[in-house]
Amino acid sequence: MSSEEPLIQVAGLSKKFCTDLRTSLKYGVRDLAAEMVGRERGHELRPKEFWALNDVSFELRRGECLGLLGRNGAGKTTLLKMLNGLMKPDKGRIELRGRVGALIALGAGFNPVLTGRENIFVNAAVLGIPSSVVRQRLDEIIAFAELEDFIDMPVQNYSSGMNVRLGFSVAAVLLEPDILFLDEVLAVGDIGFAMKCLNRVREMMAHSAVIFVSHSMPMVSSFCTRALVMQRGRVMLDTDDMGLAMDLYMRDFPVEHRVTGTGGAEVLDVRLMAKGEPVSETDAVVDQGSEGAVELTVRIEHGERAMVSVFIDDIAMSQVLAVVVKDGRGEPIEFGGGTHRLRVPLGKLEMNMGTYSILVGVRSLNSQLSLCRAQGLRPFRVRSHNVTWSKIVREQVSTVLPA
Amino acid sequence: MLRGRVALHDAQVDRMQGSPISTKAVSNVAIYTPDSAMGSPAKMFRGLFRDVSLSWHLAWRLAKRDISAQYRQSFLGYLWAFIMPIANTAVWIMLNRSGVVRIADTAIPYPVYVFTGTMIWQMLVEAVQSPLQQVTMSRSFLTKLNFPREALIVAGLLKQAFSLIVKFLILVPAIILLGVTPDWHLLIAPLALLVTVLTGSAVGLLISPIGMLYNDVGRVIPLLAQFFMYITPVVFAVPSSGLMAQVFRWNPATPLVLTSRAWLTGTETPAFVPFLVVAGLAFILLFIGGLLYRLALPILIERLSA
Repeated sequence: MSSEEPLIQVAGLSKKFCTDLRTSLKYGVRDLAAEMVGRERGHELRPKEFWALNDVSFELRRGECLGLLGRNGAGKTTLLKMLNGLMKPDKGRIELRGRVGALIALGAGFNPVLTGRENIFVNAAVLGIPSSVVRQRLDEIIAFAELEDFIDMPVQNYSSGMNVRLGFSVAAVLLEPDILFLDEVLAVGDIGFAMKCLNRVREMMAHSAVIFVSHSMPMVSSFCTRALVMQRGRVMLDTDDMGLAMDLYMRDFPVEHRVTGTGGAEVLDVRLMAKGEPVSETDAVVDQGSEGAVELTVRIEHGERAMVSVFIDDIAMSQVLAVVVKDGRGEPIEFGGGTHRLRVPLGKLEMNMGTYSILVGVRSLNSQLSLCRAQGLRPFRVRSHNVTWSKIVREQVSTVLPA
Repeated sequence: MLRGRVALHDAQVDRMQGSPISTKAVSNVAIYTPDSAMGSPAKMFRGLFRDVSLSWHLAWRLAKRDISAQYRQSFLGYLWAFIMPIANTAVWIMLNRSGVVRIADTAIPYPVYVFTGTMIWQMLVEAVQSPLQQVTMSRSFLTKLNFPREALIVAGLLKQAFSLIVKFLILVPAIILLGVTPDWHLLIAPLALLVTVLTGSAVGLLISPIGMLYNDVGRVIPLLAQFFMYITPVVFAVPSSGLMAQVFRWNPATPLVLTSRAWLTGTETPAFVPFLVVAGLAFILLFIGGLLYRLALPILIERLSA
């Protein structure tokens, strides 16, 4: 495999974009004029332009799957569009060897009034596949979409799920590319159909060079063999260590710090510990499975009686873990007015790879009001070598029982 | 830059028809660079012609899709092609009879004059609107998938051709019913109508890139069409003298309408040489429009797709 020539070669690829629509249209007209007289485009940035892609280079061989990671606007989609021949480079060069296929814009060309069967032919024609081939494989497409009973019904009467199933099936059955582009949507429909999609995509990937854009880390982790981490149009990292790549990607997301509540209490300090050591504040990384704890300093107004709870939030600010703060007898600890320091063990940090933060809540026992709810404290990343679909990952020694 | 697409389609055709393609030896290569396509015009023209010929299958599918969909969801179906011209004819006959407008005598009965004129005019206007309409309709996947984009224009032409045939088949009995007997020119009348459609398409193709950027263009077409109708012998006869006579004379749509109508109704052809000139210009414009479209689309796609 490695001896084979690369199917995708990208060298020094750059693309300019414009921040302002009117200026963009003006430049568009000028570029068009330059194109008409056969002049090459300028290499310099004009006012209000920026590099949406800046000096990107990589090669990809058959059997490899390259994940493009980066926040919105990092240049992933731009790169994919240029590879697909939809935009011209401003600098650099792309060379593609082999048939190109893309699982993008599923069901392109569908007309709602026509039947599913008729639309298969239209969609296939957009994908560049002759009708003779479609006729041969029609039953296969319909069976894959599980639409045998509805194929002669107008697609406007389809549910949205049926619609995407049909679109996916046309592309998935008919395309046999050497180079495959995937943009997020590689699993559609309900869970049963989604699994079928993933299996089919895996089959297609086995004999092609794949470029995959996704924000879903479990997907990236399970499909990709390599990753480009992009930031503001530049490649920050090109690696086959997926753990490293995903970790760098996660670092790019700021965690919002927010404090709400009546103001009757205040979190003065939070320290995160892992394996008994304080975790660095500048680059907070915790190995998956290590023992964690937080040390809190909380100030409560005089005259209040309150209880404290600690939570771990994931990047979407949904709570993954709740810790009930109790004393040795199993009773909730009650705090009066004043400044308190406490240490709360978090147990094993078995969260899936990702970015997390601490949430501290202080609730009044007098009024039941929330005195303080401090969110997004001490963001930290959990590091591991692969990502699962679950929230919690636990490695357990298991016993094989006699059959 | 469109070489890759050509290669893809070729390869798919090969593969689909079952000719053995080894997985190791990859023959088709696509290279994308910033160089202008006009840098090597020969290659560019070859690419244009190849893509047009490759796009027939897709164009056929798209045209068939739109035609079936259009008539499937309509009770009156093909009759719609005539409802507007009939209504228009009725209005002008009324205006003429009541003396609100004075229309110079026409060589054929006035109803036939207006009816044929309106039909021909409608074909011309639809042809002007077609390229922009085709591109706008496919915008959702135009910015996401790579396919021969010439297919959209060719599909538009196919749809025009279909509607031309339908209209012709109903025009002829209608003309005879209204008391005009066509002569052998009727056989070449579809040719005049085809030239009319191609001229309209050429104009439409030329304005489609700018129309994609600014949607004002799409709105202005019907307005301009309305205005132009009155300086074209659609409902009025060509004035014999004065400023308007000159305006009619130099209006490129005039010979198209006059020749088409003359051939349909078997009357003397008054503007055959201007008709040939316009036809020639139309072909040149169609070619230029095709080139412009091909060069402009990648630039437009990058500015429109967000």
